[in-house]
Amino acid sequence: MNIHEYQAKAILRKYGVAVPDGEVAFSADEAVKVAERFGGRAVVKAQIHAGGRGKAGGVKLAKSLDDVRGYADELLGKTLVTHQTGPEGKVVKRLLIESLTAIQKEYYIGLVVDRGAGRVVMMASEEGGMEIEEVAAHSPEKIVRETIDPAVGLRPFQARRLAYAIHIPGELVNKAAAFMSALYRAFVDNDCAIAEINPLVVTGDGNVLALDAKLNFDANALYRHKDILALRDLDEEDPRDVEASRFDLTYIALHGNIGCLVNGAGLAMATMDTIKFYGGEPANFLDVGGGASEEKVTEAFKIILSDSGVKGILVNIFGGIMKCDIIANAVVAASRQVELDRPLVVRLEGTNVELGKQILQTSGLKIASADSLAEAAQKIIELVK
Amino acid sequence: MSILVNRDTRVITQGITGATGLFHTQQAIEYGTAMVGGVTPGKGGATVEGVPVFNTVEQAVSATGANASVIYVPPAFAADSIMEAADAGVELVICITEGIPILDMVTAKRYLEGKGTRLIGPNCPGVITPGECKIGIMPGYIHKRGHVGVVSRSGTLTYEAVYQLTVQGIGQSTAVGIGGDPVNGTNFVEVLRMFNEDPDTEAVIMIGEIGGSAEEEAAAYVKEHMKKPVAGFIAGSSAPPGKRMGHAGAIISGGKGTASEKVAAMQNAGIKVANTPSEMGATLVKMLEERNLLAKCRV
Repeated sequence: MNIHEYQAKAILRKYGVAVPDGEVAFSADEAVKVAERFGGRAVVKAQIHAGGRGKAGGVKLAKSLDDVRGYADELLGKTLVTHQTGPEGKVVKRLLIESLTAIQKEYYIGLVVDRGAGRVVMMASEEGGMEIEEVAAHSPEKIVRETIDPAVGLRPFQARRLAYAIHIPGELVNKAAAFMSALYRAFVDNDCAIAEINPLVVTGDGNVLALDAKLNFDANALYRHKDILALRDLDEEDPRDVEASRFDLTYIALHGNIGCLVNGAGLAMATMDTIKFYGGEPANFLDVGGGASEEKVTEAFKIILSDSGVKGILVNIFGGIMKCDIIANAVVAASRQVELDRPLVVRLEGTNVELGKQILQTSGLKIASADSLAEAAQKIIELVK
Repeated sequence: MSILVNRDTRVITQGITGATGLFHTQQAIEYGTAMVGGVTPGKGGATVEGVPVFNTVEQAVSATGANASVIYVPPAFAADSIMEAADAGVELVICITEGIPILDMVTAKRYLEGKGTRLIGPNCPGVITPGECKIGIMPGYIHKRGHVGVVSRSGTLTYEAVYQLTVQGIGQSTAVGIGGDPVNGTNFVEVLRMFNEDPDTEAVIMIGEIGGSAEEEAAAYVKEHMKKPVAGFIAGSSAPPGKRMGHAGAIISGGKGTASEKVAAMQNAGIKVANTPSEMGATLVKMLEERNLLAKCRV
């Protein structure tokens, strides 16, 4: 789960991570009120869940309160298109108003879980402000890493080693190391999946500050962080994803015209791959999980059909513990309930498969069945043409 | 022969009185697995499915001599269950639970270091040696005893592959689900090494997916050390970047972990990669033919 920059900075501040003074504003009036604290000299930053805001015109430097009002009016309600939002962009509804920072140099600090090591790794680079993927592609030697032993946490010597490696000015190394230690504590305490400070800056008056902050949280751990769950901004999420998560379904919207309903994440991906292999375009990823019950299939159909681009549906279920006849009955009942008006191809495999196919054939509904995934994909592609 | 589990494996279920634990314990007993007990704190002294229940893993191990454990404990408590099993000296711990917080797994993995416990999973279907021992949620009947090793990050896709093999008369030595989480106990390379050393395994089918670099590492191992032919499939060639495709670990991030990179690494290592999941079985059969192993593998 993602949160806004201003929310991330509020969390970091609690851990003693230095961030610029600032506050959120939902209107131009509020923005001006916050900026009064800084005598009108402020940064006005659009708050959306996507990077690249600066390049897209979402970050403005104001020299007066009039400037602040002007920029706030301009940004609030504006659709910001960055390389991370997709072409449809995201509407700005909140602003962060911050004091100006006298930047001397920009750096990068990030924390992620390294899959191979099975440990948290802190990465640092002196190429601040650039995307870390870009740095990794062009000058990987400029990224330094410290793998953290969870038994002892980030040790001060590791933090100093990073600070020296990215050439933080000598007199500020201890400050930078303290910053890193605080960031690690915030990461672990809150079950973060990713933390990125880009840029970290050193200022003319000898401070080490997080000029931007991105925190992403492990969805599996949110049950123990009610305070963070409360920061979820549904405006930033696809409404169909939200609806699916209510029914314990995993749904990801794509851009094609063939809706997919599959049990298991691996098989769901493989089903999309097969559609694409035979020249079709999947409209979504949808995993109904192990038990494809009537209720779940009905909800899944509703979510798939709410996408007006869907011209047909492919159901692919491997009935293992759950038998094919039960799944076939669920599919038939769900089709009736949603009054399915678009072509449906069902591929069942596993226990009681013959019985399952018979149920589909005698249902009186226009359901095409297929013996293999390849056949199913080709059939539905033909039907949506 | 086989790897990891066989008819001598003595298994306890952690979380045996929960609905999932109970159901799959029953299924395992029906299959013929030597289920010797279960653990649920507070339910010690009870008997379910004819096996004794204990309050702690330590008690269960000392009373039953169990050398393997399967975990169906809810995600919030599952990492602790893994550590409890390791502390009790259980040699093989198979964690089925999906949705464990990743930092809990970081801690559990650290705890396992230097201990004699192998963890499979979490978020996996389990391990089966057909005809001998089934530990996990896979449907037993689709498997057939034989000589092809199966290793996979995905549950249903493993069933799909196994079923395609069984239908063609190709049996399996052992099928191992290593799980779809980013931090897991055992990776592809470790399982491939076991299959390489197992005299009863003639060939291997390896099913990967987008995210991370475990498949690339496996490919490097195959190129360098594998004496047996390997076929494979990678799920997620149509997945958009930056989206988590159901499994916590199935995500292309920062342009890394794409299907095409993995397929290229595998092909470069001499692994035959199926174009679609429908062709997983056929791809392996073709490879067995080329290596004159088909007769040996058909059972």
